[in-house]
Amino acid sequence: MIEAHQLSKYFGERTAIRNLSFTIATGEAVGLLGLNGAGKTTTLRVLACLLLPTSGSVRIDGIEVTEDPYAIRRRIGFLPDVPPLYPEMTVGRFLAFAARLRQIPAREVPARVAEAEEKTALRETHGEVIGELSHGYRQRVGIAQAIVHKPALLILDEPAAGLDPAQIVEMRGLLRGLRGEHTVLISSHFLTEISQICDRLLVMHEGDLVGQGSEAELAASMGQGGRTIEAEVRGQPADMAARLSGLAGVTQTQSQATAEATTVFAISATSDVRAEVARLLVGSGCELLRLHTRASANLESIFMAMTGKPSGGPQ
Amino acid sequence: MTAVWLIARRELSAYLRTMSGYVIAAAVLFVDGILFNAFALGGQTDRLSTEVLSQFFYFSSGTTMIASVFLSMRLLAEERQTGTMALLASSPLRERDIVLGKFLSALAFLSMFTVASVFMPLLIMVHGKLSIGHVAAGYLGLLLLGSAALAIGTLGSTLARSQVLAAILSGLMVVGLIIIWLLGGVTERPLNDVFFALALWGRHFPPFQAGIIHLRDVIYYLAVTYFALFVAVRVLEARRWR
Repeated sequence: MIEAHQLSKYFGERTAIRNLSFTIATGEAVGLLGLNGAGKTTTLRVLACLLLPTSGSVRIDGIEVTEDPYAIRRRIGFLPDVPPLYPEMTVGRFLAFAARLRQIPAREVPARVAEAEEKTALRETHGEVIGELSHGYRQRVGIAQAIVHKPALLILDEPAAGLDPAQIVEMRGLLRGLRGEHTVLISSHFLTEISQICDRLLVMHEGDLVGQGSEAELAASMGQGGRTIEAEVRGQPADMAARLSGLAGVTQTQSQATAEATTVFAISATSDVRAEVARLLVGSGCELLRLHTRASANLESIFMAMTGKPSGGPQ
Repeated sequence: MTAVWLIARRELSAYLRTMSGYVIAAAVLFVDGILFNAFALGGQTDRLSTEVLSQFFYFSSGTTMIASVFLSMRLLAEERQTGTMALLASSPLRERDIVLGKFLSALAFLSMFTVASVFMPLLIMVHGKLSIGHVAAGYLGLLLLGSAALAIGTLGSTLARSQVLAAILSGLMVVGLIIIWLLGGVTERPLNDVFFALALWGRHFPPFQAGIIHLRDVIYYLAVTYFALFVAVRVLEARRWR
């Protein structure tokens, strides 16, 4: 679907992106991770044919972006970091306008608008003026305009930016729903969102692509393969942490007492050892209250290691 | 052409749905009315109808140029300010579709309230005779002058990053093209001929004001419109691929 080769973009003397090479297969959901200024937005704008690369090439569906941008624009849906909305228009009129801009025949527009509204849960706001909608709804309208023409490639720049926790959960569901129908490229600061929605990650730092692959592949490449398993127990023997560390595949165990007189063990392991951990804890006479895998913590540590940032990075 | 029509229709609807368009239209009609009553009609009863009509078009040409600058300042600068340019730029549109659609919407809106001022010339009929040809020529002149000023304003809006800057830039370009007439007065031939020929108002509008249509004046205003829109398209293309 997308083949980028040695892609660079300079703004005067400033390097925005440098020698990026990656491919994205049809149907994949790929996350673009990076701190502010990493070059994520520039990369997405080049892919959306809004900017011309200074050097290198990008082919989308086999078409070079510099040769036939108009053909590519028919194939993409783009949500920039600020949703491009006309506040004086109603949701329905705006989506119809967006569909017509993307050359959808007039007779098909009502059905396409209805479908986009259905997918983004906007049916009830069809006749409402965009300027009077909440931020979360405006973000949904932004996504609806990007999918109203059923593009093969969906490019979303920070779709969850500025949303409250409840809206983020809704947005996650919405984005998951889009995966099957489009090739999706999402940039985000929210590692949890990215890890739950995307098949693969591209990690950018200061204009460079510093890593790409699945979460596990990235972890392996950074020597941080595996996962962290959290277990909350009550009434454990004094040497429980040492016993857990003795399990095959476990690299490290940390314990922390809680205010409720329980103990939380954070067990780092190279493989899924939940069953072994559960057996050992119960066999040792503990009351096992909770057991789960903490994947996001891994992703965060991978990201920090790749970008060399000890803190202040993505959430 | 569909894309031009789509953009023009949306833009015209924005003029009609927001206050700014009405404020500009109301201000122009109000000022036109005041000037018409105070100066064109005046207190004199022995003036010829044609003089009154000519005065009306004289004043209206000024308000039309000012209104054109204010109407066009938002056309592209606002799209960039609010981020909606990304919607147009990521859609399969040509830059000329965007510029032409925007320009035509502003021209349609300007035409609406320019034609709405026709009751003022009609008032002349109460005490005098009215030449329909003079009225038609005057309004054609106003629309051609407005078209040229709007095209310059569209160019200003393409160049500037904010609406205020766009208005200032467009205003400077329009004023520059008007006062170039003065340079013609202080230079020798053939340079003064060039200055007179380029002046936006001094040579080309007075014939319309007097009810006379010269082909050269029509061509001049159409040429200014075309040139300004052509440069606006090029600027937009350059910015898109910067």
